[in-house]
Amino acid sequence: MGKSALVIDKLVKKYEEVTAVSGLSLEIKDGKIFGLLGPNGAGKTTVINVLCGLLKPTSGTASVGGHDVQKESKKVKDLIGVCPQETAVFTYLSGRENLELIGNLHAMPKEKLKKNVDELLGKLSLLEESKRRVGKYSGGMKRRINLAMALVNDPSIVFLDEPTVAMDPQSRRAVWGFIKELRKKEKTVILTTHYMEEAEELCDMVGIIDHGKLIALDSPIQLKKKFRSKNLEEVFIKLTGRGMREGL
Amino acid sequence: MRTQRVFALSKNNLKRTTREPAALFMILMFPIILTLVFGFSFGSIGGSQTSSYKIGVVYEFPEGSSQTWSQRFIDGLEGTEILEVQVFATIDEAQEELVQGKIGGIIIIPSNFEEGCASFAAAPEDPSSWENATVQLYLDSGSMFATQAIPPIIQGVIESTIYAGHETAVQRPIQIGSPSLVEASKLTAFDYMAPGIFAFASLFLIMIVGESFVLDRESGLLRRIYTTPTTSGEFMASHVISNMLLAIIQVVLVFVMAFLVGYRPLGGALGLVMAFILLSVFSLSCVGFGLITASLARSPGAATGIAFIFVIPQMFLGTFVTAGISAGAQAIGKIVPSFYVTDALTSLFLRGAPVSSPTIILDLTALIASSVIVLLLGVLLFKKYGRA
Repeated sequence: MGKSALVIDKLVKKYEEVTAVSGLSLEIKDGKIFGLLGPNGAGKTTVINVLCGLLKPTSGTASVGGHDVQKESKKVKDLIGVCPQETAVFTYLSGRENLELIGNLHAMPKEKLKKNVDELLGKLSLLEESKRRVGKYSGGMKRRINLAMALVNDPSIVFLDEPTVAMDPQSRRAVWGFIKELRKKEKTVILTTHYMEEAEELCDMVGIIDHGKLIALDSPIQLKKKFRSKNLEEVFIKLTGRGMREGL
Repeated sequence: MRTQRVFALSKNNLKRTTREPAALFMILMFPIILTLVFGFSFGSIGGSQTSSYKIGVVYEFPEGSSQTWSQRFIDGLEGTEILEVQVFATIDEAQEELVQGKIGGIIIIPSNFEEGCASFAAAPEDPSSWENATVQLYLDSGSMFATQAIPPIIQGVIESTIYAGHETAVQRPIQIGSPSLVEASKLTAFDYMAPGIFAFASLFLIMIVGESFVLDRESGLLRRIYTTPTTSGEFMASHVISNMLLAIIQVVLVFVMAFLVGYRPLGGALGLVMAFILLSVFSLSCVGFGLITASLARSPGAATGIAFIFVIPQMFLGTFVTAGISAGAQAIGKIVPSFYVTDALTSLFLRGAPVSSPTIILDLTALIASSVIVLLLGVLLFKKYGRA
């Protein structure tokens, strides 16, 4: 058994009267791609935000790379890369400048930063457009820069919050290929998505979350076998009585 | 604190200002246009009439008494080539002229003026032997020149004609306003406005800072930055540094534009250095007000509106717009940081006060204190309410 990249124990997050995450416990091993699945509003992004140190949990604990997210948040942030759900890019900067800024915020050495930036821009087919301001990019290109910004510091643990939402099928396939490469590099990837086919294609393990509670945890193959389903969408319907994209 | 992070974020903030047309206009183009428009309208270019202003003088002592010191004083006033003196027999006569706007102000020379000056001349180091006298002034409240320029000119003349050679004495038998020396020989309305224009231009940093924080929060960029090891201190330091740099660039631009339209301030290179320091410190308060704005505002539009709550009072109470405001408003003005910038720059550029003069030091101290308080308040509020 490998080391744990991430351990969550009885995590609760409440916003006044609303409980976004309710007693979530989870362990993710190093070098795995873990899919956190659930409909919109299920609590996926809240979990990610707690793990990144952006939100304080109401109760429970979480550690990333062996560091408590509350007590050692700086050490956690040194290890992680985060691709947020929204396209959070600096539109007045060029693609290259966006990556360089994030690399500098991770205090990367100049040479390593340049190498990583060139490599990422090349792999995401953005090298030619790298000097243009991101504000002038197409929606798909902005999403790709959004993803590259999460990886520029060569993090060992990567959080991808709905990385392919609003992408055309071709760009989505390209990003899937890119995520598979991360597995080869033995990166741990925590991927949230409500696209079941994405989870089936990429994830070693999936956790299905609904109303802030973990309702299933296993590999996609095992889950389909256990619930005698053709795909994860059917698994979700059998678990909750409704489709993944029907909302809450 | 990692300098690499602070430097990268500061560079990013500056790029935002130079690459976003709206920010570029507000921070750099607006001060240029403002200075040029005011300079052409009120400056020496275009032949504005500024060379002399009439002022009435009334002696309170009986006819035939010695007028050695008062004559020296009057000669000094006329020697400035700014004031034209007209002597009146009674206060009533002079006031009639003042009400009709024929003169800009009245100087009442008290009955013990001669004794006061003589007692100082006899024993300049012995305040206990001086006879104190107060020169009374009546000024046209509707005239910016009268309210802002005449008192320092009179003070300057007293300094040069009566106290000459005794600049170090702190107490004086004859007092008017704050002590400063007037060296200007030809002043335009723009000369009185220019110090306030420097502060006025910087005020718009509040709006830019407030809007940029709200936009960064809305677009998820703040969250993105906080998923990196960047600390709040590094983030805030970057904004302080970049806005200080912008304030300095503004000073240079306003100064160059003002120079082009004929503005020739006193104070020399040291005065200019002090202006950079004053405006840099003032930018701290602008960042603070920007942070308060961003803490309260939920959208960029709201940020613009809220920023005006901080811009307008500072504009009216502490920049070139202050001419003719009531005494009460002038007193209230002392609570806004811009007041201290304009006051210090007026002393530097208009009156030629040395950078070490008490007025400048006091203004700088008050400015530092108020700016630091506003900045800390802004940081605290933003940390509590502005980040989410």
